[in-house]
Amino acid sequence: VAAEETRLVSKFLRERPDDSWSFAVAREQNDAYGTLEKAFSMTPEQIVEEVTTSGLRGKGGAGFGTGQKWSFLPKGVFPRYLAVNADEGEPCTFKDHMLVERDPHQLIEGIVVTSYAIQAHHAFVYLRGEFALGAERLGQAIADAYANGFLGRDILGSGFDLEVVLHRGAGCYIAGDETGLLSSLEGERAMPRIKPPFPAVQGLYAAPTIVNNVETLSTVPHIVRNGGAWHAEMGVNRSKGTRIFSVSGNVVRPGNYEVELGTTFRELIYGIAGGIPDGRALKFFIPGGASAPWLVEEHLDAPLDMDYVQSDLKTMLGSGAVMVFDETVDPLLVAWRLAKFFAHESCGKCTPCREGSGWLEKVLYRMAHGYGRAEDLDLILSFGNNVAPGLSWPPGMTTICQLGPSIMSAPVSLKRFWYDEIVERMRKDTERRNALEVAAV
Amino acid sequence: MSVDAVPMSQWPSEQRYIIPVAPGPDVVKVTIDGREVEAARGELLIKVAQQHGTYIPRFCYHERMKPVGMCRMCLVEVQGMRGLQISCATPVTDGMVVSTNSPAVLEVQDGVLELLLINHPLDCPVCDRGGECPLQDQTLAFGPGESRFVEEKRHFEKPIEISDLVLLDRERCIQCGRCTRFAAEVSGDPLIDFGGRGGNTEVITYPDQPFRSYFSGNTVQICPVGALTARPYRFRARPWDLQTVETSCTTCAVGCRGALQSTSNRIVRLLGIDSDVVNQGWLCDKGRYGYEWVHTADRVRAPMVRKDGELVEVSWPEALDAAADGLRGAIARGGPGSIAVLGGARGTNEDAYVWARLAKGVIGTDNVDAQLADGLPADVVLGMPRATISDLDRARAIVLLAPDLKEELPVLFLRALRAANELGVPLLDVSARDNGLTRDATAVLRHLPGEIGAVAERLVAAIGGGHVPDADGDLASVLHAMGQGEGDGPLVVVLGRPSLAESADAVVRAAAAFTGLADVRFLSALRRGNVHGALDLGLAPGFLPGRVTLQVAGEHFAAAWGLVPAEPGADATGILAGAAAGTIDTLVLLGCDPIADFPDRARVRAAFESVRFLVAVGPFASDAAERADVVLPTSVWGEKSGSTTNLEGRVMRVARLVTPEGATMPDWRVAAELAARLDSDFDLETVEEVQDEIARLAPALAGVDADLLRRARDGAVVPIAHRPDEIVLGADARVSPALSWEPIPPGVASDETTLSSVGTGVVEASGTGAAATIKPGLVEDGVPPAQAVADAGELTRAAGEALAAHPELHRWVPGAPSHPAEVPVDAYSLRLVAARTLYDAGSTAASGPSLAHLAAGGALFVHPSDLTRIGVAHDGDEVRVTSARGTVVLPVRADPGTRPGTAFLPINHAGPASPADLIDVAAPLTELRVETIR
Repeated sequence: VAAEETRLVSKFLRERPDDSWSFAVAREQNDAYGTLEKAFSMTPEQIVEEVTTSGLRGKGGAGFGTGQKWSFLPKGVFPRYLAVNADEGEPCTFKDHMLVERDPHQLIEGIVVTSYAIQAHHAFVYLRGEFALGAERLGQAIADAYANGFLGRDILGSGFDLEVVLHRGAGCYIAGDETGLLSSLEGERAMPRIKPPFPAVQGLYAAPTIVNNVETLSTVPHIVRNGGAWHAEMGVNRSKGTRIFSVSGNVVRPGNYEVELGTTFRELIYGIAGGIPDGRALKFFIPGGASAPWLVEEHLDAPLDMDYVQSDLKTMLGSGAVMVFDETVDPLLVAWRLAKFFAHESCGKCTPCREGSGWLEKVLYRMAHGYGRAEDLDLILSFGNNVAPGLSWPPGMTTICQLGPSIMSAPVSLKRFWYDEIVERMRKDTERRNALEVAAV
Repeated sequence: MSVDAVPMSQWPSEQRYIIPVAPGPDVVKVTIDGREVEAARGELLIKVAQQHGTYIPRFCYHERMKPVGMCRMCLVEVQGMRGLQISCATPVTDGMVVSTNSPAVLEVQDGVLELLLINHPLDCPVCDRGGECPLQDQTLAFGPGESRFVEEKRHFEKPIEISDLVLLDRERCIQCGRCTRFAAEVSGDPLIDFGGRGGNTEVITYPDQPFRSYFSGNTVQICPVGALTARPYRFRARPWDLQTVETSCTTCAVGCRGALQSTSNRIVRLLGIDSDVVNQGWLCDKGRYGYEWVHTADRVRAPMVRKDGELVEVSWPEALDAAADGLRGAIARGGPGSIAVLGGARGTNEDAYVWARLAKGVIGTDNVDAQLADGLPADVVLGMPRATISDLDRARAIVLLAPDLKEELPVLFLRALRAANELGVPLLDVSARDNGLTRDATAVLRHLPGEIGAVAERLVAAIGGGHVPDADGDLASVLHAMGQGEGDGPLVVVLGRPSLAESADAVVRAAAAFTGLADVRFLSALRRGNVHGALDLGLAPGFLPGRVTLQVAGEHFAAAWGLVPAEPGADATGILAGAAAGTIDTLVLLGCDPIADFPDRARVRAAFESVRFLVAVGPFASDAAERADVVLPTSVWGEKSGSTTNLEGRVMRVARLVTPEGATMPDWRVAAELAARLDSDFDLETVEEVQDEIARLAPALAGVDADLLRRARDGAVVPIAHRPDEIVLGADARVSPALSWEPIPPGVASDETTLSSVGTGVVEASGTGAAATIKPGLVEDGVPPAQAVADAGELTRAAGEALAAHPELHRWVPGAPSHPAEVPVDAYSLRLVAARTLYDAGSTAASGPSLAHLAAGGALFVHPSDLTRIGVAHDGDEVRVTSARGTVVLPVRADPGTRPGTAFLPINHAGPASPADLIDVAAPLTELRVETIR
């Protein structure tokens, strides 16, 4: 299966020059900060315009139009803040992790351009606490950027000031939700807040705030360098440009691959990632992180198109984590493990998620370990319908953030592909247990 | 473009986030379940629905706190919006169409309840909340009939103590965050928070920091399940067995409205009532649990007369005869002026009035004082332009010339905190020492004791002139702070006695300075329960009931009473001096103990040594009562009905709930009985008759008769002709008072005086689970009927006419600013600040088992730098403290909140030393020499 990568943002991730994170290497080999002069020659409004034209959409999960998000800032309200979402916590997603570790200067450049565009003078990088190496390298990179005049007062004589604060999280998945991130940054528990107010109106410290993902911000300098129209030429339909997919699981070459949107799952999994080892068959794959409903063999030729995947396949590209599972894998066990993750990471704010995730985990544990009952799958789908009303995608919500309905993605997938099989297995498990009890008597 | 230099300390917190409201007309039309109603734009949907009779179930939403949207119980369907919306955080917009009972809504309500119950222990039979529990009720009304959960429930050790008063059962907790939000947002004590996450989320305290908040009881009241319970009430009663009356708390002068509850003739609980103008539903813990002293063993339960040097129990007639004989003898011996009456600030208005009539209209003495040199002159309090508590909300600035409100008037502190934090009212802290409001004050101005008058004059000059001397950074910050306010209301000066070691004259001078500014109103911060009622009703020298002076109203009262004193008498200090000098030889104590309460013990000792005849009227066997010749035991709050007046001048009902202990009787009846024995029949048989006489005679209370007190929801601010808007006749329509975890609306006194006993009142069927289900009750539709509004107008109009016909009300006219020689700062001395703490050794706190142990022992607090200067090696070492008055030995503690050059000593704490041993009430300030003991 032929396919190729488009190494735009991921240049250093793939080429891996020595010390790619150092200021000197980034300057020499990746033209770091090379777009700043051009950016400062434009007005902030012109940059917003270019980014809007480019069709760039958030690469953290929700896929919201980046230029559109910036345009929601209320006019004339200052100060404004930029919060950088580097709390990459979606299971099996490791692209931002690598972007921070291997190309921190590209990120900082994106932060400067974006801050200038939205007229913020304070940017906060909320870095996942576990990224120790990333914190070290990004911290050094920020210091180098200050030392070389790319951060701080009057950057490149433009008159634009920017302070960047690096903040390390404390190990909480839900800090990846933008309002959860802001709460955590303020020193509170990382509990998502009710919206409205949206962060662009009242975000960090009740000031207008833009929250953007690492990969999104890393893309911004490329758009400034080449123009929005150039970016809009890549991709398919309303999914413009490229995205980095973290391919993992039962594949020959797991890793981060940046491809033009519109490439198919088959090209990504069987072409670039080398397919499933030892010629085993595909059982299923998760297209966009642990929160996304699953897909199977028949969906392999679908394009990596955010809207198509949502409307036709009822799932999402999400964070770009493609997890591949071959025929040796028990889907129930995977569903249980994911439920366990969500039960652990639910922040505890909304009742349906707090209680529902724990209940789900308990039932799936039984089902996956031989203690299931025939009615269990219907049971979880029934109470799960109160967590994710409609059990479809995009999900209905009874919770503040998306974590709630996400817990039902796996059970919904179990029902979609293996309902009869699972009910039969549960029935047999029950018979086996009953027989053991009779034998014991 | 430059970096906006907003200091991090000024970055707003999460509390500042507000829900944006879409533009549109101010009054919008909303259709709720097919019924079109009108509402103010931006009101929250859950509240609008409730006002119009639709109760949307909820757990986390509380009307007095910001919505958080956690429990997801209040989801409703809004046409045109995707999915279901939480009605607690959805502002209404014009044309909104809402369904609160569509199949989708009912299904999700059912689902949320099922989820809430999977980990709930269902130990309802042994849960205090059982019977008044919204989780029970809403499960019945909206929830599933049975559980599908077959796994093991979550387990925690239960219960755990999170403070001396509050216990937490984490298994019952439904994580609604009401308690944590109250602690952080309302009380400013963020000592509890969530810990853990997901299904393991639990309410926690921080390591080594118990939930030691003066307001912890409120979290128990608003907890929607039995997760938080209060030690004093735990396992004392079942809700359906409780008798309830609506009353006012008399612990301090705020007069919080409360629902007092008893079972088997014992008071077991006080719940805060949500009176918007007074306490907005909150109580402090001292008020909430103070009821324990009603039934304490320390009460005197029978009259006593001293025979052969010993107090022996006698019958009421014998005791009253003995007291009357003593009084008659004193009049014969030295004339009426040889008799003095001290105290009366803890009774009802009726008690105060009848005692004033006895003292002034029968005995003929004006040596009467309800304050014990620990307040402000009656001349000032009764004659100053008064502010109401609600004025704090709309003030253009609040100035604190008062003791620490958190320690002395806790619920007023909550209101000031809200004004400063939520409503953006500039708050100026002009104190000698850091206090509960300092952290939230917009500007802080510190001074040395004795200099409060001078500081206030400088401040007023700066505010009035709008500029300050260049060097004065403190004042500049004050002016900057004043400029931040948006209100155009009055400048409210909270006026009290910041320190008993500083003379009242200095505070009066400070207050006088403020009268020079436009639209200034004073909010009195005198502390004792009914001190304002006592002063209003004549228990002050030179005054007669109704805020009128003896000179102006002498004839008016002489006509009614037959007699008034010939000339103004002495205040408490003068009375004690007179007693020591022998001009006063008969003393009547009305529920007070000068030995504990008067700030200058040497004077009390001298007076008590020379007094010939001492009558103690009161509920407690105090030190003073033990020296008395006659002890007349009285009944207390909870045992008698009547009215009290709070610090804003609001007259409110207090109600009787239990029968009085022993053979006690109300103070006013004691006075009437004594009057009869002194040949004067008052012809007063009931409290209502006393109230009607007050309304007829006392100018400031014109029109405040028994009928008005029964019907006015929030009482009446006197004179009612000046504050007609404060009178609301009839009850408002809100959630039924049966729901103790929700804001309890104030009601009116019903004929049988008891509210419906608390259970969950309730009505109609709906829901998907149970066959017959129940909805929490709503009081029927509506604003007070038009008739009630017309009645209120008529009442205040009539009162205005009566007021015009009465003698003129007293006005305080500040004297010319006196400039006493400033006392030079003595570098070797510390100036004493003496004030109260909430928990102390006073009778009301010390007599209840729950509160008694909360008082810290007495200690001298000084700034750490002074500790070094004095040469004290360790915090807690004992020091010898000497003033011009005396010497005491006590431990010293480092306290950064005490200004260098000053020392703080709390009043009335158990321990070897009291400020009363150091203070000379005649001195302008008290200087202390502090020495280490080797």
